[in-house]
Amino acid sequence: MRIALFATCLGDTLFPEAVKSTAVLLARLGHDVVFPPQQTCCGQMHINTGYQREPVPLVRNFAEQFGDPAIEAVVVPSGSCAGSVRHQHEIVAERYGDAALRAGVATVKTKTYELSEFLVDVLGRTDVGAYFPHRVTYHPTCHSLRMLRVGEKPLRLLRAVEGIDLVELPEADACCGFGGTFAVKNAETSTAMLRDKMAHVTGTGAAVCTAGDSSCLMHIAGGLSRIRAGTRTLHLAQILASTRTVPHVLTEAAR
Amino acid sequence: MSSSTGRATNDTFLGMPAVPPRSPYGTGHLRGERTFPRAAHDELGNEQLRRNLGKATHSIRAKRLAVTGELPDWEQLRDTGSAIKTDTMNRLPELLEELERKVTERGGTVHWARDGVEANEIVTRLVRDTGSDEILKVKSMATQEIGLNEHLESQGIAALETDLAELIVQLADDRPSHILVPAIHRNRDEIREIFLRHIPGVDPALDADPARLAAAARAFLREKFMTTKVAVSGANFGIAETGTLAVVESEGNGRMCLTLPETLITVMGIEKVLPRFQDLEVFLQLLPRSSTGERMNPYTSLWTGVTPGDGPQEFHLVLLDNGRTAALADRIGRAALNCIRCSACLNVCPVYERTGGHAYGSTYPGPIGAVLTPQLAGMHGAKGDPNSSLPYASSLCGACFDACPVKIDIPSLLVELRHQHTEQAGTTAEKLAMKAAATVMKQTGLFTTAQKAAGLGRVLAGRDGTLSRLPPPLSGWSDSRDTPAPPQQTFRSWFASAEGAAAMRAAADEGARHTDDPQEAS
Repeated sequence: MRIALFATCLGDTLFPEAVKSTAVLLARLGHDVVFPPQQTCCGQMHINTGYQREPVPLVRNFAEQFGDPAIEAVVVPSGSCAGSVRHQHEIVAERYGDAALRAGVATVKTKTYELSEFLVDVLGRTDVGAYFPHRVTYHPTCHSLRMLRVGEKPLRLLRAVEGIDLVELPEADACCGFGGTFAVKNAETSTAMLRDKMAHVTGTGAAVCTAGDSSCLMHIAGGLSRIRAGTRTLHLAQILASTRTVPHVLTEAAR
Repeated sequence: MSSSTGRATNDTFLGMPAVPPRSPYGTGHLRGERTFPRAAHDELGNEQLRRNLGKATHSIRAKRLAVTGELPDWEQLRDTGSAIKTDTMNRLPELLEELERKVTERGGTVHWARDGVEANEIVTRLVRDTGSDEILKVKSMATQEIGLNEHLESQGIAALETDLAELIVQLADDRPSHILVPAIHRNRDEIREIFLRHIPGVDPALDADPARLAAAARAFLREKFMTTKVAVSGANFGIAETGTLAVVESEGNGRMCLTLPETLITVMGIEKVLPRFQDLEVFLQLLPRSSTGERMNPYTSLWTGVTPGDGPQEFHLVLLDNGRTAALADRIGRAALNCIRCSACLNVCPVYERTGGHAYGSTYPGPIGAVLTPQLAGMHGAKGDPNSSLPYASSLCGACFDACPVKIDIPSLLVELRHQHTEQAGTTAEKLAMKAAATVMKQTGLFTTAQKAAGLGRVLAGRDGTLSRLPPPLSGWSDSRDTPAPPQQTFRSWFASAEGAAAMRAAADEGARHTDDPQEAS
């Protein structure tokens, strides 16, 4: 299948390893992975902060870059960005776009998937041949959980990973407090939410906290790093891309 | 309609009605004094409050999940509730007129209040007409919203709350912090202190046992129920078809007020109307399960007009707008009027759980308050209006949407209100930054240049590759979180590199080997 990878602005710039793992994983599963080079950002930060005029060019760019009919699916290693494409782009297009934009948005919306949805729903895979012999706990990020309703899909993928010791995260569905600009505008409330999330994560004794969103992981990792907790975060794709041949090595330096 | 308070009237221009009025400034409790982040700062520092709240919300949450889970048709009930409310909002004027007609036919009197000022004046006049200078109150959000008690006090009329939690709050000269559990921020020991200090003649040996505390309040209230001639209530529902009003409660104190006094005055937000009597069937299942986690609330009181020789002989219904028509006029915002005030959204909200109700500065706290309050009272001025900060008091986690018994999409409404705010606020530093960011991000060349510039952050990073101090407005973030310095290579440059191409080829080869392996191919 010809799959276009949407790296997301955050993934491309700050967390390239998560995107590399996504690309490698999809290639390993036998797919033709392309990266439309003019892609940038989905505009979610703008929309969620209350701006809908400003991201019009971003929404247009997304529709243009991924609208090519030769692209069968757009895969995003982020629940919130996939959610924005599927649920928010049409708000912007309806309000400030033209007919062409509305049509473009409607087209890409139907073929855009978050990684775990794509693997389970489209490819019908739960065992992707991964090997990751570590104790892991999974945080279901809010937009994956409640905007995309990915449900158990990431957990089904993780349970099939060879060697993994998957431990349940208490109060897993509680928000970590990131929320994009919420963590800046209401930094103290966000910190209070983060503290509880970190206590639950470290309480599991897991070496790794994983999730399907680099943004939420950035928040949790930022807090864990500040308290020198020793637990690290990895994107779901990084665990799924780890194999016996090319294992992901947990090193102190890579934290 | 002319205004009794000298505010601008609803002028019409070329037949186009003006925007309906919002709740007026300076009346009632729909606007706090501080923005949410500032008010939250103080509440976050209150360890006792957070313990009380965490305990209470977790226990209500668990109870709610248990009782909603046992109904096989819970999702259909939610859909039905949502459909009835949406239908109600779509034909609110005709339903209200029907309600007025039916109440009048049954011997009640209907009054229309455009806002809190008018409602307060109407109630004051009605109480004065009875010759009484004290009233009993049934727990009511509408009268909290308009600040009725404070207004009556300024007019020399004493209003006594009879709901136990409202009484606690009133005796302590405090403000409610939860729609359903107004004293959720207080624990038993604090309540004991309040009773000892404020209930006349209370046993000085009173301990903090909940049954004893309730008995102390009961003794105090019984005396009042037997002697007070006027009561003021709100309404959970008003049935257009029959003119019936309904109040649901847990303690029975409301029923005392609804039956014993000679005069009953009900203040009802106009959105509380339901078309048919049969609709109650849906909401009397949705409401208690969502609010207290009970299958049925202990007391459901229904009354229709007046009945000679039974119950209050005079009944007044004050229909309160106070910004509701303004909310209704907004295509997207009107969904918030579907709210049945169950407080399920508060009990699942991670923001409410940490900051409590007072941080919202409004009678309506929590997620629904963050959308309802700005709609009723407006978001005035580009900066500084506390109501402008409410739509941002959410991480958009969506737990409220999942909990809402009438499926109000609160996260989407919050995003919509944020948009309305940025549109009203004009040009701000944030808007310029957002514009600049969009300009950079829409052109790949500029975007990759910005990525390179961000990569220079490595120079500032410590040995562990993280940034621990960021400049304003990001300093709040960096107070408790490290930020990774951007790695040397972006994904796009890796993907375009020989190394990236080799890695992708190797992955494809490895996959192909596995597919060839008969054991793996299934």
